[in-house]
Amino acid sequence: MAAAASHQQQHRHPKRRRLALALTTSPTPDAAPPLDALADELLFLVLDRVAVTDPRALKSFALASRACHAAESRHRRAVRPLRADLLPAALARYPCATRLDLSLCARVPDAALSSSSCSASAIRAVDLSRSRGFGAAGVAALTSSCPELADLDLSNGVDLGDAAAAEVARAKGLRRLSLARWKPLTDMGLGCVAVGCAELRQLSLKWCLGVTDLGIQLLALKCRKLTSLDLSYTMITKDSFPAIMKLPNLQELTLVGCIGIDDDALCSLEKECSKSLQVLDLSQCQNITDVGVSSIMKSVPNLLELDLSFCCPVTPMVRSFQKIPKLRTLKLEGCKFMADGLKAIGTSCVSLRELSLSKCCGVTDTELSFTMSRLKNLLKLDITCCRNITDVSLEAITSSCTSLISLRMESCSRVSSNALQLIGKHCSHLEELDLTDSDLDDEGLKALARCSKLSSLKIGICLKISDEGLTHIGRSCPKLRDIDLYRCGGLSDDGIIQIAQGCPMLESINLSYCTEITDRSLISLSKCTKLNTLEIRGCPMITSTGLSEIAMGCRLLSKLDIKKCFEINDVGMLYLSQFSHSLRQNMTIVHLAGITPNGLTATLMLCGCLTKVKLHEAFKSMVPPHMIKNVEARGCVFQWIDKPFKVEMEPCDVWKQQSQNVLVR
Amino acid sequence: MEGRMTSLEATMKASSTMASSMVRNADPDQQTLRSNSVEQFYFPRPGQSLPGIPPFFGPPSSSLYLPNDNEAKFGNQFESNPSQNTDWDPQAIVSNLTFLEQKIKQVKDIVQSMNNRENQVAGGSSELAAKQQLITADLTSIIIQLISTAGSLLPSMKNPLLSSNPAVRQLGNTLGSPMGFGMNANQRPSVDSKTDIPDTGKTSDYDELMNNLNTAQDERDELIKCPNPCGGEGSEPTPMEDHDVKESDDGGEGENLPPGSYVVLQLEKEEILAPHTHFCLICGKGFKRDANLRMHMRGHGDEYKTPAALAKPTKDSGADHAPVTRYSCPFVGCKRNKEHKKFQPLKTILCVKNHYKRSHCDKSYTCSRCNTKKFSVIADLKTHEKHCGRDKWLCSCGTTFSRKDKLFGHVALFQGHTPALPMEDVKVSEASEQPHDSEPMNEMARSMVYSFPSSSSDGISNLDMKMADDVRGYFSPLSFDPCFGALDDFTRPGFDISENPFSFLPSGSCSYGQQNGDS
Repeated sequence: MAAAASHQQQHRHPKRRRLALALTTSPTPDAAPPLDALADELLFLVLDRVAVTDPRALKSFALASRACHAAESRHRRAVRPLRADLLPAALARYPCATRLDLSLCARVPDAALSSSSCSASAIRAVDLSRSRGFGAAGVAALTSSCPELADLDLSNGVDLGDAAAAEVARAKGLRRLSLARWKPLTDMGLGCVAVGCAELRQLSLKWCLGVTDLGIQLLALKCRKLTSLDLSYTMITKDSFPAIMKLPNLQELTLVGCIGIDDDALCSLEKECSKSLQVLDLSQCQNITDVGVSSIMKSVPNLLELDLSFCCPVTPMVRSFQKIPKLRTLKLEGCKFMADGLKAIGTSCVSLRELSLSKCCGVTDTELSFTMSRLKNLLKLDITCCRNITDVSLEAITSSCTSLISLRMESCSRVSSNALQLIGKHCSHLEELDLTDSDLDDEGLKALARCSKLSSLKIGICLKISDEGLTHIGRSCPKLRDIDLYRCGGLSDDGIIQIAQGCPMLESINLSYCTEITDRSLISLSKCTKLNTLEIRGCPMITSTGLSEIAMGCRLLSKLDIKKCFEINDVGMLYLSQFSHSLRQNMTIVHLAGITPNGLTATLMLCGCLTKVKLHEAFKSMVPPHMIKNVEARGCVFQWIDKPFKVEMEPCDVWKQQSQNVLVR
Repeated sequence: MEGRMTSLEATMKASSTMASSMVRNADPDQQTLRSNSVEQFYFPRPGQSLPGIPPFFGPPSSSLYLPNDNEAKFGNQFESNPSQNTDWDPQAIVSNLTFLEQKIKQVKDIVQSMNNRENQVAGGSSELAAKQQLITADLTSIIIQLISTAGSLLPSMKNPLLSSNPAVRQLGNTLGSPMGFGMNANQRPSVDSKTDIPDTGKTSDYDELMNNLNTAQDERDELIKCPNPCGGEGSEPTPMEDHDVKESDDGGEGENLPPGSYVVLQLEKEEILAPHTHFCLICGKGFKRDANLRMHMRGHGDEYKTPAALAKPTKDSGADHAPVTRYSCPFVGCKRNKEHKKFQPLKTILCVKNHYKRSHCDKSYTCSRCNTKKFSVIADLKTHEKHCGRDKWLCSCGTTFSRKDKLFGHVALFQGHTPALPMEDVKVSEASEQPHDSEPMNEMARSMVYSFPSSSSDGISNLDMKMADDVRGYFSPLSFDPCFGALDDFTRPGFDISENPFSFLPSGSCSYGQQNGDS
């Protein structure tokens, strides 16, 4: 109990946790281990909390003693191996694991799947979405060894077809299945799945181009319990569409880019055919018009969420929105508004919680402010690239929608810095804010400091902000997870250090082209142990020292962009290779002057999870072919870039001017 | 030729010897005209049948059939003819014109007499009808005569300008069809007079009679436009494509035309089975399609290469109000034969051909795959071969289906049944579903697996300590040497790490890093 108490205490003081852990667990080996006295349930509760704060702490715990090791083995539910050949060992060690995530193994051969069969009986969920290299035999081994299997993600199996689908169909208890991008899959395979997995609740057939109406009809007939179905980019037409809409439990239907769905298909529905459907995504269905939309409104009375992005001009279909006052979410990205279209939305969809108007044409100040004054309950608003709106709109938004938690207004460049201060003053519940390419200045950031729940802040290309403004954010937004400072030329190390110190939860930071940044920033960022994405492209002052600190401190780093960081050399690469084992995408290395083939080779060999590497063409001849083959055999894809080596970089303001010129043109 | 002519003449009532001599003269010329203004009808026939039309309307049609063997010999006749092609005899033209004059007078008389009758009571309606037919036929023959006379001029002038003159050609084209009429009506694609002309005896209403007559007349006109009964496939006027025909092979089944609302034609067996339906008038070669014949004709001289000569014969514009034409099967007793009690007509010539071959001929085409199925229409065989053996849609219960939708219907119907993949397909697809990596790649992956023999036995080798394994694996003498052999200056310190089982401990690796940086 003492141990438990101390653990809970640790939870309250995360900084002292590691120390306390060492105290409680290290003196166990000989004396009667205190852990034995602890009921597993209690111990697991403790471990759960530890895992939440720092997943790597569990490893330290397991290394403390045999008892701890055993307890940790029994506790772990999710296994995420780094290499497929360790799968049998991993499963043997964690017999209670129910979730197997192979997303770090770029290549999972059939042999690995079949060798793990003996010890995988408890597994209920398997994620193979990022893996390649297995075929029908591997799937067969998996389904036969995991009788409990309920959740199977086989997305991106571009080589898998009917034979593999027939094996999937043997997992009778499957509830969630993704077959996205199974291009060779035909109706036969889908038929097998439909008959075999009658318990299916969620199914994704996105990009299964070989599937036709026959298979979908059979699916609708056999899998009556489906609640969520993704048929994006399939060849579904009006032949099978009514059958899908009549599924009694279907709540979520995604039909992105289904060119076979047209007004004809939508009008063929009977009145009120689906009472359960709540979420309908018809984005990029180019063949539907307002006629089809109003027919949908008639037949789906309980719709809560509707996505009509990139479909058709909105204004004529606004009439039909009046029929669904329940609608909570409306996405109209890339649509065209005629006169009064937006106003009509404001008057008819009064219970709207989320509205997306990004990239819409014809959004004006008067209409937007009228609409906003009606939609007082709005929680999320996306007005990205509505370039015509000015301070008037922003005033309306901030004064009426005070409960906003997400506001995205990238590239609304006509809004002044004074108006941007209103955001912080009125919308203090904001969690997500995107002000990229705006007039934001330090005063605006100071106002934003009132939004203490802020977790994502994107203020790229805001040239007016400086370290002072960022200091306010760092002091008052402890929950910040994601910050984008792309091309903020006015920033220097001090601001970043404030962020790094004030935001321990930071997971992702983009410092690309912040040319003043030096290793000091990286050293402070290395304290953010949860950091998994770091983009420092075009920061010429950063050296291997900074990178090595990051590599040692941020062990979860999975995405790193160090293109055009000319000072980084082999040393930095070797550190990366030593420590950053979850590195998934190393997008770099194109223009690094200081890196020799040796350093590169070491990195490539050691980072077993790399899936995609962009390298300069010149390296191709220097890296030994064995090495390349070996890395490729693990599933990594090489991309050879042949761009001229370019050192000069224009300052941020020049760049912004240039890009605006392009836009005007 | 001569013999045939005389046998024909013997059956004529109204023709004179002059006419027959005219016919003889006109014949070769007509051929040239025909071949010049390319058309689908055989030219000789109209000429031959010309005089026979008016008188032979009433009597039993069977007597009017041309001897079939004559038909079959057409090609040969043509072969013998070409030498006369260019003859032009002014005498013959004069006699032709005289004949025309007489004929026109004849028709005029008849019409006048009819006109007188009209003023009186509409008496013997059948007689009137007969007269009407007479007039029609006479007029037709006059037209044909005119054309043949004019046509005889064309080739003899040997004027390329004129012969390629589209106007003249068009004349030939447009006038070509009435000639077809003569052939049709007379030479027995057997116009059934009973269905053709409604029983007007019972209706005394004169207007109705006239209407009927007019429609009958229209039907006649349609006959003119309708494909040459021997034309078979490829005849232009029928907008029929092959697959359409296959579908509607038993055409007319669903349409339920009231009997009498259409004209019934009956082709003879030999006509139906003739392999070729278009013949070159110069060399006699036969073709299935008119287009092929036109292509062939190019080889006979420059005059056939003009766009007009190569153009598809245009459809007559008056085809809109066309009465329906249907076909009867010559096989007596067949439901498709017009004598049958529940006669169901066939829609097109192709339907006739396919029906006749399927129902009344030997099935001579055997499927080479299953050696059991036989077909008399080669297209049927090809259709069957597409599905024979292969493409068996299989259910888990063992039932096979020829079509996927049938299988899915079955699976939908029965609980627990599931589509099954054919065994060989599974093997093939398994092989193909293996990601398209090259063999060496797989080899590499396998060697990687085998290079970590310790990993599975090592109880401590947990996932988070992959580092140790990684290092040990990649840099172990097993895999390191072959890979790094080429890399002489590769930093050896790498081995230091590999010695360290818990290399995540900062100390060792740090020092390593610095070492390396220094070196």
